[in-house]
Amino acid sequence: MTTIDPARSTREGVHEQPARGGTGTRGTRILGIATIVAMGWLVAFGLGFSPADRDQQESVRILYVHVPTIWIAYLAFTVTAIASGLYLFTKKKSLGWDRLAGASAEVGTVFVAVTLVVGALWGRLTWGVFWQWDARLTTTALLFVTYVGYLAVRRLGGSHEQRARRSAVIGLIAVLEIPLVHWSVRLWRSLHQEATVLDTDGDIDMDGLMLFSLFVGVVAFSLLYAWLVLHRTRVMAMEDLMDDRGLDLALEARRSEGRRSERRTGTPDPRPAGDTIDKDGAR
Amino acid sequence: MEDAGFIIGSYVLTFATVGLMAWRVLRSGRKLADQIPDEEKYWL
Repeated sequence: MTTIDPARSTREGVHEQPARGGTGTRGTRILGIATIVAMGWLVAFGLGFSPADRDQQESVRILYVHVPTIWIAYLAFTVTAIASGLYLFTKKKSLGWDRLAGASAEVGTVFVAVTLVVGALWGRLTWGVFWQWDARLTTTALLFVTYVGYLAVRRLGGSHEQRARRSAVIGLIAVLEIPLVHWSVRLWRSLHQEATVLDTDGDIDMDGLMLFSLFVGVVAFSLLYAWLVLHRTRVMAMEDLMDDRGLDLALEARRSEGRRSERRTGTPDPRPAGDTIDKDGAR
Repeated sequence: MEDAGFIIGSYVLTFATVGLMAWRVLRSGRKLADQIPDEEKYWL
């Protein structure tokens, strides 16, 4: 855990260091511009150039958003699981892996929420209802709730290491839901259509321009995912630093209070020597 | 285009959601960066 010298931070003041544009770098700015361009292409192809479907008519255009968001959410949760494993099973126990896991899960959860809402709009046009307790829809909702729970657990109290350990365990278990969601349409009788692209037989039965529009969507949301995760990981690193700094300052304030009390009364601090707070907040 | 409200609405909703998330991440990054010295920012 990185610590900041409390004496130095008190002496120098926190605002004396010039800020250099938040979490942005040249790389993230290029990535951000590429994301915006790709999103523009997605709108052009999704709403303009791609043809209407024979069966679904115009509502197929919603799928250029609906499908990529859930695919990238799968990717995000897989990254969360891998980073969680790297935190748990490597000797170094770098909090960087934990922050990557958390940032990826946050973005994945937002993408699943988008998938569910946009899917409900598509369902209304295609099936005539916003929601059905169908296997695919129900397991996707369960996936969403699971990762909301994962994010809630990350916000429980304790040290950064405690947070990292418990959320890593959940991150490794929660990822097992992805195959269940993906194959739910085959495991149970489902209203939701089966996979068109990620099918096991490898035969993609889709118009070329439609497939290209879907590809543009996947590229656009992949770039957005990378951009969001990079920024969010950096924000989390700063939040952890601020937590450490707050604890350091609180410890320093308590020590100063003890010294003042000692000088005033001429007797040592009545608290037992062991009555101190360590960096994990435990006595 | 039939059902245009649903179709355009789904795109608007998607971009509004991810745009809001991006804005919140950038804003919190700028706020925190003001309070952290540059040498603590591993990405600089």
